[in-house]
Amino acid sequence: MADQTSHGIGGLTYDRKKRGWPNEANVFIALVAIILIFELLGQVLPYMNNQSMLFDFNEARDGTILNMARIKIVILQVAIIGIISLGVTQVIILGGIDLSSGPLVGAAAMIVMSFAQTELVNGQLNPKAVFGPWSFDLPVLAPILVGLAFGAMIGLINGSLIAFTGIPPFIATLGMFLICRGISQWWTKGQPVSFPSDQFAAIGSGMMPVVWFILLAIVLSLLMKYTVYGKHTYAIGSNEDAARMSGINVKGHKMMVYMIASMLAAFAAIVLSSKNLTAQAGMGQFYELYAIAMAVIGGVSLRGGRGSIVGTVLGAMVFGVIQSGFTFIKLDAFYQLMAMGSIIIGAVVLDQYRQRRATLR
Amino acid sequence: MSDDLILETRGLTKHYGGVHALENANFKLRRGEHIAIMGDNGAGKSTFVRQITGVETRTRGEIIFDGKPVHFEGPLEARQAGIETVFQTLALCDDLDVPDNLFLGREKTKFDWLGPFRILDYKAMREATMAGLERTAVKIPNIRGSIRNMSGGQRQCVAIARTATFHSKLTIMDEPTAALGVQETAQVENIVRTLKEAGEPLILVSHNMRQVMDLVDRIVVFRRGRIVADLAKEETDGQDVVAYITGAKTQPEFAEDGVL
Ligand SMILES: Nc1ncnc2c1ncn2[C@@H]1O[C@H](COP(=O)(O)OP(=O)(O)OP(=O)(O)O)[C@@H](O)[C@H]1O
Ligand SMILES: [Mg+2]
Repeated sequence: MADQTSHGIGGLTYDRKKRGWPNEANVFIALVAIILIFELLGQVLPYMNNQSMLFDFNEARDGTILNMARIKIVILQVAIIGIISLGVTQVIILGGIDLSSGPLVGAAAMIVMSFAQTELVNGQLNPKAVFGPWSFDLPVLAPILVGLAFGAMIGLINGSLIAFTGIPPFIATLGMFLICRGISQWWTKGQPVSFPSDQFAAIGSGMMPVVWFILLAIVLSLLMKYTVYGKHTYAIGSNEDAARMSGINVKGHKMMVYMIASMLAAFAAIVLSSKNLTAQAGMGQFYELYAIAMAVIGGVSLRGGRGSIVGTVLGAMVFGVIQSGFTFIKLDAFYQLMAMGSIIIGAVVLDQYRQRRATLR
Repeated sequence: MSDDLILETRGLTKHYGGVHALENANFKLRRGEHIAIMGDNGAGKSTFVRQITGVETRTRGEIIFDGKPVHFEGPLEARQAGIETVFQTLALCDDLDVPDNLFLGREKTKFDWLGPFRILDYKAMREATMAGLERTAVKIPNIRGSIRNMSGGQRQCVAIARTATFHSKLTIMDEPTAALGVQETAQVENIVRTLKEAGEPLILVSHNMRQVMDLVDRIVVFRRGRIVADLAKEETDGQDVVAYITGAKTQPEFAEDGVL
């Protein structure tokens, strides 16, 4: 049986080698190309003095020619938004969109940090205390569970609105975008929440955000590829009517996908507030857009049904390299925004083109 | 008497506003029997199918399936009750491959205690797909390519193979070969014969006289929303059927009784 899939059935032959080049390979090539471009710019631009972005030939400090410090920064920079983009990826594959993840990060960070505070700061009572003494030095599981529950609630509301009222995901999550921003400002009337317990501070310290990102990417990738959950997500994004006719509980499944997406965003908030040792109402600004951009750059189709977690992880790397590359060639922040915007538009145009070519066949 | 009937409709009627698309249809299908529904465009054939499969809510009338009156809320309930349907408009997921489409909504899985996160048994589904397609002699070069890259005929074959892979109490096909080439049509007809051998009843909506004469036991003719003839294949021929379709003839027991 093993070999038969490559022969096809009914006598037609099929060349396994000619099987379509996976989309992820294109994203990987783009990643390498972008790195090369920045390396080239480092050599060519007169004010750069022949610097290299990712290599370090002069001092072989850690026994490698790679500039590990910069590479670490690049990955660390995208890890937290990357966690959000994992959830956003499955929402987009489902045929939806989630604009609420950025503000959700802000709101969840405020709430989570309120349950993670320590009692004494330099021998004094925590000056930023939100609640009374009962809330000091709770077990670290408490803020984590509170955060995930909050995320689950927001995701369930998003999902039910989309599944049961039939309003476009764009509108439902745009509403939730504003609601979450409101919540994050209302929570402490704009005051930042700081001074977490040591245990909580450990969640996002050092390279931990990268560890979480990689772990969650593996879990999500397995979910999307090897479970009924993933198959139904692709099926609904591909043809919702067919999915319904096939007996898939489309409404229930949508709620679950949006819930998991928001829980991932809430987890990103936990990691981010732990890493920063503080939570502020404005946290997570533009994160929802960057998360969508990572998915789109990674080849996830905004029309649903196509894309993968591996693609999104590569998309996140592309995103990080571009951002860090702009800083490397000393491009001002406003140019960076403009260039980033153009790249996102370009990725969507490319996707549309690919779709058209696929349907023309 | 009704014990050998798998499906019966009594006075089944569907009005779309002022359009009387289906009027007082009395229809009987015995177990193991293959029936063709014929009639001109707009005669109400698809409307009839849509009432039985719960895609639409009937205006009035009764549907008795497998001995019990049924009121399906949607095609899903009909399918759960054992009615497999190939609709005139296809219901496949373009981005998925053949086994995925075949098993959509009823995947073979492992570790079922994981609930929605239970693991797909790709190997078992692939093997069942190969076996199913080989049995029905459907030619698809690569079952693991996405459906998007397949021809209309191949897609149609996948949809039909899907209904044939799962043993159902009743299979309904609405013009399954309308868009197909000679070879694909032959394949679909083979699938129909497989069903006949397995003793599974079938309703086949078709405009193809040769096909109908080849495959089925009885022909029911629709005209302007009404059943106008119920003919055993041995007692009729192509010209006779055409006469009923065009309105040159109506069987006396189906004559309109003046009410419209
Ligand atoms: N949703 C609807 N609203 C209004 N009229 C409809 C609707 N669906 C079907 N009709 C009308 O009902 C009549 C029967 O349509 P139906 O689709 O059952 O025809 P058919 O016999 O399947 O024809 P064909 O051979 O072309 O498939 C037609 O006059 C059609 O215009
Ligand atoms: Mg029709």
